[in-house]
Amino acid sequence: MKRTLLRSLAAPDQSRRRFVQGLAAGGALLGLPPLLTPVWALQAAMTRTGMAPVLTGTEFDLTIAETMVNYTGKPRMATTINGSIPAPILRWREGDTVTLRVTNRLPVSTSIHWHGIILPYRMDGVPGVSFTGIAPGETFVYRFKVQQSGTYWYHSHTGFQEQTGMYGAIIIDPARGSRIRADRDYVIQLSDWTDEDPMDVLAKLKKQSDYYNFNQLTAGEFMQDAAEQGLDAAITKRRMWNRMRMNPTDLADISAYTYTFLMNGTAPAGNWTGIFKPGERVRLRFIGSGTQSFFDVRIPGLKMTVVHVDGQDVEPVTVDEFRFGPGETYDVIVAPKQDRAYTIFAQSMDRTGYARGTLAPRAGMQAKVPALDELQWLTMTDMMGSMAQGAMGGMQGMSGMHHGAMSMGGNPVHARHARTEYGPSVDMRVDTPRTNLDDPGIGLRNNGRRVLTHADLHTLGGPLDARDAEREIELHLTGNMERYTWSLDGLEFGKSTPVHFRHGERLRVILHNDTMMTHPMHLHGMWSEQETPDGSFLARRHTISVQPAQRISFLVNADALGRWAWHCHLLYHMDSGMFREVVVA
Amino acid sequence: MMYKPVSLFAAVVMVLGLSTAQAQDAAPGMAMDAMPGMDHSKMNSGSGSPAGHGAAMAPAAMQGRSEPENARDPHAYSDGYDFGDVPRPRLADEKSFYSVLVDRLERVKSSDNVSGFYDLEAWYGRDYDRAVLKAEGSVDSNTLEDASTELLWGHALATYWDTQLGARYDSGSGPNRKWLAFGVQGLAPYWFEVDATAYIGEGGRTAANFEGIYELLLTQKLILQPRIEADWYGKRDARRDLGDGLSEINTGLRLRYEIRREFAPYLGVEWARKFGDSKDFARAAGEQSSEARFVAGLRFWF
Repeated sequence: MKRTLLRSLAAPDQSRRRFVQGLAAGGALLGLPPLLTPVWALQAAMTRTGMAPVLTGTEFDLTIAETMVNYTGKPRMATTINGSIPAPILRWREGDTVTLRVTNRLPVSTSIHWHGIILPYRMDGVPGVSFTGIAPGETFVYRFKVQQSGTYWYHSHTGFQEQTGMYGAIIIDPARGSRIRADRDYVIQLSDWTDEDPMDVLAKLKKQSDYYNFNQLTAGEFMQDAAEQGLDAAITKRRMWNRMRMNPTDLADISAYTYTFLMNGTAPAGNWTGIFKPGERVRLRFIGSGTQSFFDVRIPGLKMTVVHVDGQDVEPVTVDEFRFGPGETYDVIVAPKQDRAYTIFAQSMDRTGYARGTLAPRAGMQAKVPALDELQWLTMTDMMGSMAQGAMGGMQGMSGMHHGAMSMGGNPVHARHARTEYGPSVDMRVDTPRTNLDDPGIGLRNNGRRVLTHADLHTLGGPLDARDAEREIELHLTGNMERYTWSLDGLEFGKSTPVHFRHGERLRVILHNDTMMTHPMHLHGMWSEQETPDGSFLARRHTISVQPAQRISFLVNADALGRWAWHCHLLYHMDSGMFREVVVA
Repeated sequence: MMYKPVSLFAAVVMVLGLSTAQAQDAAPGMAMDAMPGMDHSKMNSGSGSPAGHGAAMAPAAMQGRSEPENARDPHAYSDGYDFGDVPRPRLADEKSFYSVLVDRLERVKSSDNVSGFYDLEAWYGRDYDRAVLKAEGSVDSNTLEDASTELLWGHALATYWDTQLGARYDSGSGPNRKWLAFGVQGLAPYWFEVDATAYIGEGGRTAANFEGIYELLLTQKLILQPRIEADWYGKRDARRDLGDGLSEINTGLRLRYEIRREFAPYLGVEWARKFGDSKDFARAAGEQSSEARFVAGLRFWF
């Protein structure tokens, strides 16, 4: 990043650097003499972090309690399952019936949702939809037949408990034996941790929605741009954003100003390490367990072959880098040949921090950690969809937009905004969304690396059902960043009515993103079979990240009776109202 | 500062007018919220269809608060189903939040006087409806010289604009005055923060207040804030030293350093100029009718 005098006045200090790196051992004791350690910290059990224990079989006992963590030098209470972050890895076998007894030792209600798992709706674990939650002191017994295989995860669906440490991995071995051959098998669960009370974080966002963004446009940058590109260009670059009262660096609501990013519950300084022998094939099960963070993952020196997405087999595709967000899972195979360490690098989308770990032949090694990529502004494509792409060709600057639109052949997409999208709950509407699925996303375009896109993912075996869609429904992803409200069709959950799927029907769902952010949309209970713009089957997903100004569609077999949650998996968006209940009846 | 009040007012209106005119000029395909007071309903031409982008580019992009006729019913997918036997979740959109912002808490130094000034704004409530408290006042020689306190119901009208309706109470030296208040507050294009309120008081009194603020980030933590405020009164109020017509214009420039977002000390300068009878009242009381002031204070919120 170019430094100016003014920028260097605001250089981060040493304590901030430690914050981003975290402590070497997240669960380490404070190191203070007992007299200075707060009483509750003396009495609380320490959380085990890093290597989650593996639980196998068909009977599981999970206890939810508060245990202490220390990622930044300040001890904090985390909500944990069996005292570890991440929670124990549950290893099931496809076809078994599993029984999970979940005991709540918190002073408040809790729940566990099995993300991506097909099961009877009363076992889905969403308070207010599947059941009333697990009361303090209560033991709730989940029991269901495992009907799938692959990598999944589980987490609390109550309040912000997912943010304070309640998440773990699920590995389901296929009944017939795995198609994937690997010598080593590691879960790489990425998450975000804040020392703040998540309710305080949300309250701050309601008071000042750009609170955590320290990459805002400054006068210093303007003068730099004017000096380098000319005054006209500098003004034009900013005019549209300023007119719209929007921020082109608004990539993440919550940045590393408060977040420490974790890999398997371990801060970057802790350097989670997976061992391999050179020449081995290593399977890495990446799980996106950040509540509000997208990670861009790469392993310098190693190519990754993606073999599973959201637990399902896909045609292997080899890439240098992939982006994923809350809810998604990607299984990759790497084949490290050299006798050296490799860094598993996962930078956050807003380029304020990273999670990292190491693959090494021996413990205690580490490789060079890449620098964070430079932050890039959101572009016209991210704001306006395909209108921008049509106009981009041969056009310079904003004023060319009008002509570009006229000369376009016409966009076949007919965007139908809901009538509730014209009020104070919505800050922009995209009339001509982009529908192409080959865009890696802001910050990953033309970076010299092969980056995974939606278009690269082809689930093996084709769609679960050969039928065409009998009808289609359209839902718009909406929000007002200034007020920090998030909604679907301009309606927050409290103002919404349930969405009805007829039992047995096959329907098309269209998600149209009328915001500048990427939203990982998660429909519980049923698979989302994503398709290309021209209707060919693409991939079977449970969580689909919809890019800014993008419109995607997927087919659903409404074969799961009951009531299901459907929401953006960015926890603070979900809690702000970007949530719906689906009724299959 | 020597400038005519009328032309300054005109300049402010022009700036706002220009920014809204440019807002209409936005690129097609992008729909934005309108400034209040501008009738865009007639300009709406088939916003849903891209084929509507004929010669009228700007109108298709500029969506007012009225939706097109073919707008989708968001409840159409419910088929009459309501929530089930389990009480539905209550998320944060149905919870109340609050904010208390002390925008100015400062020591004011002019050529002949040192006083204190406070300006705070607080709200409590949900996303689109809130109770709003605005309070500002000056303190001189340990007495509250002039205070204005408003309690309003704030209602979200549009993406960036709230309407406010309530009461205002003026206290301090002179008789207390009560007013009915109604106004708009929000964010205009190009990030101008605007607060405009009209008042109706007892005995046929009327008043208006306009405030505009701009925040220029010099760095991520160093922020320069120009500010302008103007007051009008419909009737002369001799007992509170107020003339009728334009009474006072106050412009200021404050530079703050955000130690944290919530806590920022600042320094600044302010120019206050009284007009008409307000000017005469000031002179008669031995005060300056036009003065420059240095201010030093704290901006904080929680």
